[in-house]
Amino acid sequence: MTRFTTIGATLAMTTALAGAVSAQELRMTIWSANEAHLTLFNDIADSFTATHPGVSITYESLPFSSYTTTLTTQIAGGNPPDLAWILERTAADFVNSGVLAPLNDGFMAADGFDYDDILAKPTELWRLDGELYAIPFSTSPLAIFANNDLIRAAGAPTPADLIAAGEWTWDNAIDVAAKVAAADSEGIIVRDFNFQTWQNLAAIWRGWDAAPWSADGATCTFDEPQMVDAMTFIHDAIFETGATPGPGESVDFFAGDAAMSITQISRASLLPTGDDAFDWDLVPLPTGQAGDYAVIGQAAIGAFQRGDNVDLAVAFLAHMTNPENSAKLAQFFPPVRASLLNAETLGATNPLLTSEMIDSVVVDGITRGEVLPVHEGYSEIQQVVRAELDSLWQPDADVAAVLSNVCQRIQPLL
Amino acid sequence: MTVVASPSELSRRKRPYWTMARRDSLAGYVFVAPQAIGIAVFVLVPLLLVFWYSLHEWNVLAQTFRFKGLENYHRLLSDPGLPEVLIATAIFSIFLVVFNMSLALLLAVLLNQKLRGITVFRTLFFSPVVVSLVAWTIVWSFLLQNNGGLNGILDHFGIEGPNWLRHPTTAMIAVVVVQVFKNVGLNMILFLAALQGVPKELYEAARVDGIPAFRQFRRITLPMISPTVMLTSIITIVGSLQVFAQIAVLTQGGPGMSTTVLVYYLYQQAFEFHNFGYGATLSILLFVIVAALTFLQWQMRKRIVFYEN
Repeated sequence: MTRFTTIGATLAMTTALAGAVSAQELRMTIWSANEAHLTLFNDIADSFTATHPGVSITYESLPFSSYTTTLTTQIAGGNPPDLAWILERTAADFVNSGVLAPLNDGFMAADGFDYDDILAKPTELWRLDGELYAIPFSTSPLAIFANNDLIRAAGAPTPADLIAAGEWTWDNAIDVAAKVAAADSEGIIVRDFNFQTWQNLAAIWRGWDAAPWSADGATCTFDEPQMVDAMTFIHDAIFETGATPGPGESVDFFAGDAAMSITQISRASLLPTGDDAFDWDLVPLPTGQAGDYAVIGQAAIGAFQRGDNVDLAVAFLAHMTNPENSAKLAQFFPPVRASLLNAETLGATNPLLTSEMIDSVVVDGITRGEVLPVHEGYSEIQQVVRAELDSLWQPDADVAAVLSNVCQRIQPLL
Repeated sequence: MTVVASPSELSRRKRPYWTMARRDSLAGYVFVAPQAIGIAVFVLVPLLLVFWYSLHEWNVLAQTFRFKGLENYHRLLSDPGLPEVLIATAIFSIFLVVFNMSLALLLAVLLNQKLRGITVFRTLFFSPVVVSLVAWTIVWSFLLQNNGGLNGILDHFGIEGPNWLRHPTTAMIAVVVVQVFKNVGLNMILFLAALQGVPKELYEAARVDGIPAFRQFRRITLPMISPTVMLTSIITIVGSLQVFAQIAVLTQGGPGMSTTVLVYYLYQQAFEFHNFGYGATLSILLFVIVAALTFLQWQMRKRIVFYEN
């Protein structure tokens, strides 16, 4: 009896100790394997563990293309990380499912976090009934990178010339792109679109005040006149003027192959240097038929409710996104803190960008930009729309008919 | 006091429990145990679990797991995307099996010659089999782009090639061809081995009788290699229904739904749309289709295989 009691007590103590040790391990899934990013993350982790003895933090880099699938598979397998980056397109699924831990109380209680410094508009997507469930970690406005060398060689005005003349409109931007395309280079590309990721076209259609569905997400609006006009504009740019490369063509702006690229400012790090360098510029999206607008892409970090160390994970998240660390992260990931959204702070960590670029593109874009399209059950909607839009990317496509079909297919999913 | 044991007790004491028969029996169980445990853990239990999941609605994010009975099976009948998926699967499988087996047999016959350097050709045609599937497909995705290598070659001959992966018909052809070129070497080797097992005397007798070459092939070669034809057809059909990586890399099921085959569709439902319950139901459907086709082929073996009776 005594022997069994001893064994039992030993086992219980071992289990308790093992539990105590594992209770101090935090794992965070990310999609970057960039060495500079990881070095900065580890520095931030070290500054947290210095004040939290016994805590260890690991970052698990997952491939971007299968990131959400891998993350949900981990959750399905009962092995969710403590924290994870979440893309804006899956925000509604994660926030509404209840899988994420509420952050308001933890953030407000954290020393030096300054909760009121967080901007309201860029965090709308990540709130439910006022409660914040993930904090935007990277809020990156979509803008246009221009290769002025190619544009001048084609005898066209540069975007800066058009902005100075007050003529930076989509019609003129496409004219410039068409001229460059006619001169044996490529015109304008929507980076990462690849005729699959159609939501990136929001960078254009928002200029027509078009949206894929109504504000409440209940009604498909692909077939409304604004969207038909915007998509006709895009279709003509591909198949009529050749201003945009067609489906199945691989073009890289940063290799100097195209006049302009619509992408997020965080891509500035891809600009070539040395012999391959070219005269480049970063400008806001042109004025559309509905006026000026801005579009942002976002990623946020949330803590999982089912993790073993929820409070610790929230505490680390507060530490990672406090003003001091947000300023450090701003060199790669634009923050949503009012105190940091200025040319002085962002310029110090983004030497490639001029203060004019930061003001006109970054600060203005983050402050008033609309996030790329999101909806609950987005993955399925995305695939269904992608499949229907495939028939739009043909030279003789009937734009209105295709968009009407899109609505017929996705309305039951909204 | 002396206790006298009864005759039956004496008999029990004398005969040890581990008799030779029991030891043999135990040894047998021990030998088959690894395989039996492996099949149970990695095949039978997952199969039962998939069936169990197919009766549920499983929201991974919300961590809800609700019993729904046959609701997912009813959804199979009303799913607007499923007919397109089944048609794409059938087209893919039929073309793949016909093209793969014809080409494999043709290559095997051509390479079944005693010529100098024939081994080099055999190795060349077999080499794609050992190449990484994803690497093979990624290279083909570059070649098949609109401004890719294949159209570049056609352009040299003044031919304007199609946008291979962006048109439903050419996309399906491309996916089938990429898959056939990847695996035709395996069937070719199996056919080659079978061809080399056909007794030469049969051909000599046929030649003496003046039987033309094509008739020799039809009357001697095909019947003699019919067990291999049976084997390769089963392997190829089952393999064609399991194709995934090529679709994921080359077309992602597009354009439209034209190359969304059943495996890719169930992957999308389960892992991309998070409908694990419906994904499990689709995998049950796939299981039934594979089992039915294999059973059908097995039943037809007496007609297909020359000496199966």
